[in-house]
Amino acid sequence: MSQPTVADTRRLCSKPQDLTDAYGPPSNFLEIDVFDPQTVGVGRTRYTVYKVRMRTNLPIFKLKDSCVTRRYSDFEWLKTELERDSKIVVPPLPGKALKRQLPFRGDEGIFEDSFIEERRVGLEQFINRIAGHPLAQNERCLHMFLQEESIDRNYIPGKAYVWECCG
Amino acid sequence: MSFFGFGQSADIDIVLNDADTRKKAEHKSEDGRKDKYFLFYDGETVAGKVNVNLKYPGKRLEHNGIKIEFVGQIELYYDRGNHHEFVSLVKDLARPGELTQSQSFDFEFTHVEKPYESYTGQNVKLRYFLRATVGRRLNDISKELDIVVHTLSTYPELNSSIKMEVGIEDCLHIEFEYNKSKYHLKDVIVGKIYFLLVRIKIKHMEIDIIKRETTGTGPNVYHENDTIAKYEIMDGAPVRGESIPIRLFLAGYELTPTMRDVNKKFSVRYYLNLVLIDEEERRYFKQQEITLWRKGDIVRKSMSHQAAIASQRFESSSHPEKSPTQEIEENS
Repeated sequence: MSQPTVADTRRLCSKPQDLTDAYGPPSNFLEIDVFDPQTVGVGRTRYTVYKVRMRTNLPIFKLKDSCVTRRYSDFEWLKTELERDSKIVVPPLPGKALKRQLPFRGDEGIFEDSFIEERRVGLEQFINRIAGHPLAQNERCLHMFLQEESIDRNYIPGKAYVWECCG
Repeated sequence: MSFFGFGQSADIDIVLNDADTRKKAEHKSEDGRKDKYFLFYDGETVAGKVNVNLKYPGKRLEHNGIKIEFVGQIELYYDRGNHHEFVSLVKDLARPGELTQSQSFDFEFTHVEKPYESYTGQNVKLRYFLRATVGRRLNDISKELDIVVHTLSTYPELNSSIKMEVGIEDCLHIEFEYNKSKYHLKDVIVGKIYFLLVRIKIKHMEIDIIKRETTGTGPNVYHENDTIAKYEIMDGAPVRGESIPIRLFLAGYELTPTMRDVNKKFSVRYYLNLVLIDEEERRYFKQQEITLWRKGDIVRKSMSHQAAIASQRFESSSHPEKSPTQEIEENS
């Protein structure tokens, strides 16, 4: 005669989603493209620069659409700054390719097209991973790297809060 | 072992009086094997016989006394030598003397207190057992019979839901809700996650059940965490305003009741861990303790049900008996 009572597994009540939330643009839009590699300079002082274009709707970034020019050593600078100041584990950069910079190679060394493309992909992956990290987004160095025309290596490191906390 | 000549020896056998009717429960041993043991509850009497079977019939067995003990003890693996006995009862079965033939001794431990549930964990073991001993000059003959004890509770009077808003400033805000804070071992966790703000790229969300076994006191406290279950509740990227339901059946997992500060030696606590993973494998989590309790196998009829049965005897008998307030009878 004992009927087992079944546990109530019905869903909890929830607010129906607003249609503008459901079909509107997501609040986490962040895309960074590293493209258009160009060689600048002459002879021994040549180097490659890349365009870094960021499109976002995250409020922490001042500009919703920005485009800057950066070289490999700028990416290295950003990595160093973040490793020192933020608590995050910074992802690796594509290699320094020192062997490619030695003379007497059969190919174009660091200006070889396939190498530049490999490096471009690596840099794009690197910057997208970093820029999406909530803790990295707090660092002024990241904002300077992505949205200011040139990197001021004498800047004062710090946080990039829109409003400073008092007390 | 007697090396000189044929010393008499004996085998001991402990048999419970209700061995035929008493239920057995499965319990995992230290090496991971699952064995079945007789199941007892707090307050139950433990009674039976100790059979002392002489190895060589015709020879006498001299002894310093025969006794049986009922022991409940806690053993910490890092301190194996010291057993902390919280229940220790002894009954003398025979005064020092000699046995000329195999003999059987009755014993009864009446209404024994068994305050804690049997537990075998990563760093600690709590067990109950009977131990019969034939005392001898050089070496005793003894036999142990392990039993398993379950502690039962009833539906708690207060069982509030857990509802909380948590998040990372400007990044991720969620409101999570679990329908209860105390669940029995065959219960279902019903809940939901409501997204208020999503500024990170979430890939999926899961809920884990974590068991934390704490041993030691003061500066030597040691926590052992074990993820008992991982259950994915969402695959894909949520946006603001979405609600994700949770329905997690506990009966499928190896769980024990929550044990808080047992005999001041150890604790076993359970936590629900809500984990969100973003596209870069970063994990965002929120841990929340829940209390687990063991529901009894006993069928209890409420007063209103008994009144309903009584009134039905005076009604026409074509109506089937309905029992809306009856306790569940389940097999553990």
